[in-house]
Amino acid sequence: MTLLNIFADPHISINHYIAVSAMLFTIGVFGVLFRRNAITIFMCIELMLNSVNLLLVAFSTYHHDNSGQVFVFFIMAVAAAEVAVGLAILVTIFRNLHTIDIDELKNLKN
Amino acid sequence: MDIKEIIFWSLSTIAFITAIYTVIAKNPIFSAISLLVCFASIAGHYLLLNAQFLFIVHIIVYAGAIMVLFLTTLMLMNLNEETEKHKPAIAQIAALVIAVALGIVLMLAVRKANVILTMGPMTDSIGDVKSLGTVLLSEYFYPFEFISVLLLSAMVGVVLLMKKDKTAALK
Repeated sequence: MTLLNIFADPHISINHYIAVSAMLFTIGVFGVLFRRNAITIFMCIELMLNSVNLLLVAFSTYHHDNSGQVFVFFIMAVAAAEVAVGLAILVTIFRNLHTIDIDELKNLKN
Repeated sequence: MDIKEIIFWSLSTIAFITAIYTVIAKNPIFSAISLLVCFASIAGHYLLLNAQFLFIVHIIVYAGAIMVLFLTTLMLMNLNEETEKHKPAIAQIAALVIAVALGIVLMLAVRKANVILTMGPMTDSIGDVKSLGTVLLSEYFYPFEFISVLLLSAMVGVVLLMKKDKTAALK
């Protein structure tokens, strides 16, 4: 079923998807550098992972190869595990220090 | 202008606006909800690319699991007020410069790159559940099993991390 088959459309090429993914990735990098709240930084990391996923799916569809979509599936599983462990660590930090501001977490410095 | 083009550009615009709002929103709850809309528009992109299985998995994993985790943690920490201090101005400007430079470099790299697409024979089965399941359980069988081990160990690790340390309380 190819209701929305974009191959017939010459106007949306793979370059459009590369541009969209690059922009989303840049926004994610900016968020990681810009924010101090650790949870928002996690969200920006998720945004970067999703931009890569979008590009993998686009290449997989344009190349007629299923392997790219299998990789996206694996990336999603790893992202879910990463978010669960990361948020557990953040909750533990918040329990001990009552902050998740990354500029306050300097205990290793002295 | 084609209907697919209109859908593509509106989905991309929604994704950009919500992604930027995720970064700049003061309230983390608004950040999370805006990120949810961004993920929904990326799911729309998957549907546009005819990746039906990943569309469903993306909705389930991101909207159903990851965003619920984020929102629960935010509410657990009671961070829904604007208490976050900003970074110093020099760090903010540096972040902006680095992000803009990265964006320019990526765009120039894409413009310079000569993306060659080997257009194979047209098949409609790319991305549907049947063909993807066949590839997943034949060619990528061992990575698939290792992913389940990874998820199990992550689950055990999270339970271990969140458990209150009773021995430390006794000391």
